[in-house]
Parts: sequence; structure tokens; C-alpha cells
Amino acid sequence: MKSVEQTAPRSVEAGEKTDAVSSLRSSLSLVDIGSLPVILGLIVIAIIFQIANPNFLSPLNLTNLMVQISAVGTMSVGIVLVLLIGEIDLSVGAVSGFCASIMAVLSVKNNVPTPLAIGAGVLTGAAIGLLQGFWFAKLHVPSFVVTLAGFLGWQGALLYALGSTGTINLNDALIVGLANYRLPVWLGWLLGILFVGLYAFGIVQNRRQRAHANMHVDSLTMMIGRVALMAVGVLAAIALMSVNRSFTDVPIQGVPSAVLIFIGFIVVFDFITKRTQFGRYVFAVGGNADAARRAGINVERIRIVVFVLGSTLAACGGILAGSRLLAVNQSSGSGDILLNSIAAAVIGGTSLFGGRGSTWAALLGALVIGSISNGMDLLALSSSIKFMVTGAVLLLAVTLDAYARSRREASGRS
Amino acid sequence: MSATERKPILEMHGISKRFGAVQALSDVDFEVYLGEVLGLVGDNGAGKSTLIKIISGAYHADAGHYLFDGREVAVNSPRDATALGIETVYQDLALCDNLDVVANLYLGRERTRTLIPGLVKIIEEIPMEQEANRIVSELHIRIPSIRSQVASLSGGQRQSAAVSRAVMWNSKVVLLDEPTAALGVEQTHQVKELIRRLRDRGLGVVVISHNLADVFDVCDRIIVLRLGKRGATFQTNTTNAEQVVAAITGAEFGVTDNGKDKTPDNASHSDR
Ligand SMILES: Nc1ncnc2c1ncn2[C@@H]1O[C@H](COP(=O)(O)OP(=O)(O)OP(=O)(O)O)[C@@H](O)[C@H]1O
Ligand SMILES: [Mg+2]
Repeated sequence: MKSVEQTAPRSVEAGEKTDAVSSLRSSLSLVDIGSLPVILGLIVIAIIFQIANPNFLSPLNLTNLMVQISAVGTMSVGIVLVLLIGEIDLSVGAVSGFCASIMAVLSVKNNVPTPLAIGAGVLTGAAIGLLQGFWFAKLHVPSFVVTLAGFLGWQGALLYALGSTGTINLNDALIVGLANYRLPVWLGWLLGILFVGLYAFGIVQNRRQRAHANMHVDSLTMMIGRVALMAVGVLAAIALMSVNRSFTDVPIQGVPSAVLIFIGFIVVFDFITKRTQFGRYVFAVGGNADAARRAGINVERIRIVVFVLGSTLAACGGILAGSRLLAVNQSSGSGDILLNSIAAAVIGGTSLFGGRGSTWAALLGALVIGSISNGMDLLALSSSIKFMVTGAVLLLAVTLDAYARSRREASGRS
Repeated sequence: MSATERKPILEMHGISKRFGAVQALSDVDFEVYLGEVLGLVGDNGAGKSTLIKIISGAYHADAGHYLFDGREVAVNSPRDATALGIETVYQDLALCDNLDVVANLYLGRERTRTLIPGLVKIIEEIPMEQEANRIVSELHIRIPSIRSQVASLSGGQRQSAAVSRAVMWNSKVVLLDEPTAALGVEQTHQVKELIRRLRDRGLGVVVISHNLADVFDVCDRIIVLRLGKRGATFQTNTTNAEQVVAAITGAEFGVTDNGKDKTPDNASHSDR
């Protein structure tokens, strides 16, 4: 990300204005308004399933739920990025399976050192993204078509890589530990407290700088509320995962590594999309690619990089899935994985029309899909109902998105 | 405005541009001075937008000379033009609806600060917002908040935001392609006020418009393009709409004294 050196705009006498509108806007934004429907939906889902089965909200089940959604959720972070530039990637499922198989074949069949095998799997994802991104951005083939071809092609590549073996069982400690290692309880708390501390520091710092520059700042209560909300959320989650959830004498407690990796990706890419120039350009390309181009942004480069990130995250998701299930086989990355990862991004509040969304949508959406699936499993309902309910929720989310868009268009051109 | 005695900030000489069989511009001269609002008028297809795009670096002329501040320059891309201080407000405004006003004003030229050397640079929102606030209040633009998404702005506010972006960068010349075409009465008024303020700040402003009432209202000088050629030039205070219409439609020629022969060395080259 290179910065563009610019002469500073001419400065004239300051005329600061504190406007009621912006303070009203920010007082509503304790929680990002876009994610409010999903959060409410999650609460409703939790209440329904908890009534139907009191085990739903148990530490064991909730921790399991988080581990279950980590792989698809990681892929969904990549989908969010691709949706932000207004494109789609239909190949993520197949890419996740293929890249996991590369890792498995290298590690198990060829005795390649584990870190190298994992790295090769991730790099394969990046290379695939480069190829598909190039095809889309430079050759102007719609991303839908390029990645649909990829969907088929990489599925074939998975079968080819596995060869006659069909299934490769994973038992290397490092690979298995990627998803199944549990952080020591103290480390979980330490990371959680560090995170909340950094978050609070960032907010306080920003507020101080704005106050110093004589700019509008949010009220103190607002600031405290925001930090408190984040602290309660993070620390409650860590407390939940630190409880001993074992039924036997061997204790099972601590934050699972899969969850840490998933949340880590969300936080890192949230920062990249919101705070860096690259992230700004991602939003700009998704909002108005032509305007971005005329503003001097290298639109093709942004598109290619986003597809590389999307496929790389798909590879990471596939590797996490293989690690959790202790195997890579011919159906890795197939089935409902692709659709769930896209649905999670959209249900979480990322617009299908480009330019709007957040990587946190991957968590919220994956939680919705995951809890529906998990809750129905607890109730021993068949997957037919699971599919229908998930489909209905997806439709609802997309309808909300389309509705919001049409309202924006109606108000934008008056 | 006695702009004619001064040296133009921007001069084009003998500009020609052909699109396949269409000769969009042939041997066109053009000049704009600092501190004037210049109206560029002509019928549909006269070549106005093509000329603006050549000035802004979006198109490359087949022949002709491009002089800025008296020196010949090579403008091969929009970046070259903006580096000279020439900003363009396109007819479609080129704003990102999903970004707020500050982000749009700075799009492509964000201020950044190094967080981790060689790795991470983050956008400096605070100084950007301060500067944006200054420019917006200096131009008396009424926007609910510069942190509101462009999607939530009215047509006039969007136009104002696009114009603000054009004047933020120590620009000297601002090109506006049909700035009021999509606006209502009140918003048109706002934008015309804004154009006058740009002139008062000493910028050279070029306005393309089909609305002669607006042109007469806001411009000091009018250049007519007709069928890809430079037609008559008028001072708005010494002419009337009939004469301009006549020049646009070609009903009458040679209505004023200060036509094509005003620029010094325009006979020096002819191409094709
Ligand atoms: N990119 C292009 N490719 C081919 N022909 C073009 C292109 N751009 C312009 N032309 C042609 O050049 C001529 C001048 O077009 P231009 O857009 O400059 O006219 P204009 O004066 O801006 O008209 P209007 O008032 O309708 O906007 C027209 O005949 C047009 O068809
Ligand atoms: Mg035009």
C-alpha cells in the first residue's frame, strides 16, 4: 500500500461546525445499525432453541458451535472482501478442499515438513486467487463465470490430488492442533484483556485527538458504553470457553485455536478494510469503480488483490476444516460449504451490490447459520428442515439488503 | 472582467481529434484565464465534452499544442492534468455513494501515516476531516454532515461535493461538464453561487452548459464550438442570447469582433 504524496490543500480560516445530525448519527451507532437485525435474529434463535433444548446455551454446546463455524466463517471473511468490491467468488468451496488436499498429500504422502505443507496449501490458495483475479480483472470475464469454472476445475483438481486414496487421515500434531488445540485458560484471558485494552486505547486516543483538534466528539457515556459493550462481549465469550466443559475427569477448557484463528482473521481484515488506504479503495471500487478509476486508483490491482485474499482465506478455511475433521477426502469443500459461506456474509449484513459490509458480518452470519444447524441437530431434526430454514433466513437477509438499497436510491436523488 | 489583456492560464492550439470516421474536433483553439468563468457552448455533438476530456487528460489529441501557464506541457493522463492543477467535475460527478463526503473529497489522495514501517500505513482521518470542513464552510456548501454518506445527499449537495473535491488541491482551472443539467431551481442557484465563488478565489472556471440563461448568468466569456470547430467568442456583457444562439446554430457568422483571430499563433499549423 503506497501512499500518494500530495500537496496539502490550501488552508483557510477554520469554521468548525458541530452539527446535530452527526451527533445523532453517532449516538445511534453504539452498535452498527446494519448489524442490528442479525443480532436480534440471533437472540430470537437462541431463545427458541434454548426453550426447545436446555443444552443449547451450555458452554460445551456454544464452544462446539464456535468451532463448527470457524472454517466456513474464515471462508466467509474472504467472501465479504469479494462482495465489498461488488463481485462474487463461487470457487471458495472447491478451493478450500483442493488446498487442504495439497497440504494433506504433501504432509502425509510425501513426508514434507508440516509447516511447509501448510504453507504450500495456503500459497496454492493465493495462486488460484491470482489466476482467477487476473482472468476477471484483466481479461474482463465476469467473476461469476471465472469462479464458476474454478468451482468445477478445483473440484476436479481435488480428486486428482487425492488420486486413488480417496481419503487422507490427518494425525500430524501441528495440523490437528490448528483447529483442536485449546489455549491455556490464562492465555485466553490475557489475549482477551489485551484486545479489550487495545480497543479502549484506540477509542480514547481517537477521542483525545479529535478534542485536541477542536472537532466534534461523542459523549463520554457513549464512549464508555462502547468499550463496556466490547469488554462484556469478549470477556463473556472467553469466560464461557474457559469453563470446564468435560463430562469426565479429564478437564476440557480453554479457547479453541480454531476460534482464535477465525476471530483473528476478522479483526485483521476489519482493520485493513476500515483503516488503510487499500481498504478505502476496496470500498471505492465496490461503490463506483468508474469513479475510483478516475480518482487515479488502480482498480484492476485492487480487484486482483481482493481475489487473492478471498482464495487465500478459502484455503485457510479448508485447512481448518481438515484439521477439525482430522481428514481430507473427496467431499472436502463440497456440499453446502460454498453456499453457507456466501450466505453467512450476506446474512451478516454484507451487501450483494458491493461497497457495504464488514468482516464482522462473517461472524454474525456464520453464527446464525451455525446455530440453526446446531440447534436442529440437538432437536434431531432432519437436514431437510435445516436447509429450508437456512434458505428462508438467507432470503430474508437479501430482501432487507435490497430494501435498504432501494430506499437509499430513492433518497439519494431527490 | 477584462480578461483579454492578461495571459491565459491554459491555452490549446490547433487541437484535432478524430474518432474513426467522425472528426470530433478540427484545429480548435481554446483559452481560459484565471479569475474568469468561461462558458463552452455548442450543439449536441459539437465536441465540447471531447475538448474537456482532452484538457483533463482522459483523451489524447491527434494534433495540437497544450500550454499551461505559457509553457507547453504533455498531458497524457488524468494524473498529469491534476498535477498541473486542472480538475474536472464530470457530468456523472464520479462520486462513491457508499463513502462519506470526506472520503470522496480525498479519494485517491488520502493522507496516510505509517503505523508499522514498510508494512502498514493507515489513513489519517482527523486532518482530512478538518480540511474538508474548512473547504466546505469556505465555499458555503450546505451539507448535513461531511461524515454522511454521499448516497444520502441531494443532487445539489452531491454536485457541491464534487466541486469541493475539484478545488481542494490548489487547483487553478476547474472544468465543469453540465454542472446544473440534473438540478432543480434552488440547487441550480446554489451551484451557480458556488461557481462565482470559485472565480472570486481566482480560479479559471470552464462551464459546459446547454442552458443559455445559466451561461449568461454566471459566465464572463463564451466560446462557441460548432461542428468540431471554434466558432465565435463573446463577452457576456456585450452580447445577447440571440447572437449566441445564432453562432451555435450557424445561422449567422461574424457577429463579434473578438472571434477566432484573437489568439496569436493559431495559423501556424494545420493538420489532416
Ligand atoms: N469515444 C468516442 N468514440 C467515438 N465517437 C465519439 C466519442 N466521443 C465523442 N464522439 C463523437 O465526437 C463528436 C463530438 O462529441 P462530444 O461528446 O464531444 O459532443 P458534445 O459537444 O459534448 O455534445 P453533447 O452536448 O451532446 O454532450 C460526436 O459526433 C460524437 O459522436
Ligand atoms: Mg457532452
